[in-house]
Amino acid sequence: MTQTATTDAGTPTELEPLLSARQVTMRFGGLVAVDKVDFDVYPGEIMGLIGPNGAGKTTFFNCLTGLYKPTSGRVVFNGALLPPKPGRVVRAGVARTFQNIRLFANMTALENVMVARYCRTSSGPLTSIVRGPKYRREERETEDRATELLDFVGLPEVAGNLARNLSYGDQRRLEIARALATDPKLLLLDEPTAGMNPQETRQAEELIFKIKDRGLAVITIEHDMRFIFNLCDRVLCLVQGRPLVLGTPDQVQSDPRVIEAYIGTGAQEADGQVGRDA
Amino acid sequence: MIVLQAMVDGLSLGALYALIAVGYTVVYGIIQLINFAHGEVFMVGAFGSMTVWLLVPGQQLGLWMLPIMLIGGMVASVAIALLMERVAYRPLRNSPRLAPLITAIGVSVFLQEFVRLFYGRIPGFPDAKANVTFPTIEGVTGTAIKLGGLDIDRPTIFTLAALIVCTVFLYLFVNKSRIGRAMQATSQDPDTARLMGINVDRIIMIAFAVGAVLAAIAGTAQGMMNTNINFKMGFIAGLKAFSAAVLGGIGNIWGALVGGLVIGVLESLATQVMPHGSAWKDVWAFVVLILILVFRPQGLLGARVVDRA
Repeated sequence: MTQTATTDAGTPTELEPLLSARQVTMRFGGLVAVDKVDFDVYPGEIMGLIGPNGAGKTTFFNCLTGLYKPTSGRVVFNGALLPPKPGRVVRAGVARTFQNIRLFANMTALENVMVARYCRTSSGPLTSIVRGPKYRREERETEDRATELLDFVGLPEVAGNLARNLSYGDQRRLEIARALATDPKLLLLDEPTAGMNPQETRQAEELIFKIKDRGLAVITIEHDMRFIFNLCDRVLCLVQGRPLVLGTPDQVQSDPRVIEAYIGTGAQEADGQVGRDA
Repeated sequence: MIVLQAMVDGLSLGALYALIAVGYTVVYGIIQLINFAHGEVFMVGAFGSMTVWLLVPGQQLGLWMLPIMLIGGMVASVAIALLMERVAYRPLRNSPRLAPLITAIGVSVFLQEFVRLFYGRIPGFPDAKANVTFPTIEGVTGTAIKLGGLDIDRPTIFTLAALIVCTVFLYLFVNKSRIGRAMQATSQDPDTARLMGINVDRIIMIAFAVGAVLAAIAGTAQGMMNTNINFKMGFIAGLKAFSAAVLGGIGNIWGALVGGLVIGVLESLATQVMPHGSAWKDVWAFVVLILILVFRPQGLLGARVVDRA
């Protein structure tokens, strides 16, 4: 269960990690938001990141996407040190969604996805004016790819709508489509089901499994424990920036320290109901 | 008739303002900076095309010189615009908004003085401390065309045609190209754009360059309209174009075009129809600026950012 990585080469345990974080620490003045986190993600794996609010989950994500440069420690992705600039991290193959939806509100759903193809296309300003055959081919490919991705996340019929007019669940899915458009190897989802109803959450689960089937690794932050334990191969629980437990959902679920971190000492609850409202 | 004539003249003037105004608005849309040195980019564009004309031997006046002069102007403007972005604005990207604004004014004064002092020092070039006579290119300057009692100046035709062509290209560029989409995205949310792999620094440079290209066209057009250029031509034209950008809704490219035309026509009407109007020529753009800031600060077409561009 620990390593259900399903790539075509070799047994799972021999796989090189796709991403490995070593002793990653992020300090803001006196506050240590992320404290010496060690963390490996293997290709094709879904990794859960849980922890009470303020545990440093999003900060850790920011360290993995070049938004923050870790104060100390290092992150290796796909065999190379993670570059310090967000744009280059995307190019290397890490894409993400956001806790608060950050779509380009005044562009259509299709355009939002097309924008994300920027790093995989190359036509410059002059080509855009001259509009030669290469430019037109690239534009067509971009649009085809974007349409295909909207299809994949289940939004084919809203392609022409402005992002701000989409329903909340659709916006979440559009963010995932946009992230996928950068051709990532690793997808980071920051609370992908926040504010969703149970049905939408189930759809999100299915979508993430479909993404995994494409061979991507996924790291997801989430407070909905049922979602996490259904979905993830392994789960890391952060508390006050420090890694508390790393293991299979079963291990994490039954670990008294996790329960303590979420609902305080003295709680006897240990049957997986670790509070989605924690 | 006089009103109609004023409208025609105003459209030409307005097209000029519109071309300049796009430069203010594109840059503002992306980095929320009012580039007060943009008027000087326009001036440098005019001097650039003048320079190219001087460099071609034999004082050629054929229409074929026009594209060459335009390209020369564009190269000069774009170079200056990119240089000021790199040297003066980029180091201040994360400082308070007031810092780049004051820097912009400094850059503006620097460029004016630079042209005033040094242009004439190049051997064979006219002294730029006073007006420099602009070449009268055949076809786009000279006797006005009569059309049913209206005098349509030849530079007017050039300026309007240039505006139309530029509008079409801008539309295609902003809405239908990879770079354009990246510009829209950057203007709406630069941080997210960066996380989607967009090179924001490059997009900012392109925004400056686009504005500079249009400013160079405007500079050349103004040279032909007035038959001369000078080092301070960018000051008042820049301020009026800025008013036009605010009138249309700063950050909104189409707003800048509309705003430019409106201010041009208004100015022309007021000048030609009112008694002693020409004495008040430079007032109207700023009356409009004040009124719009008081009553509709978001501008005619609204939109604080390039948005639907």
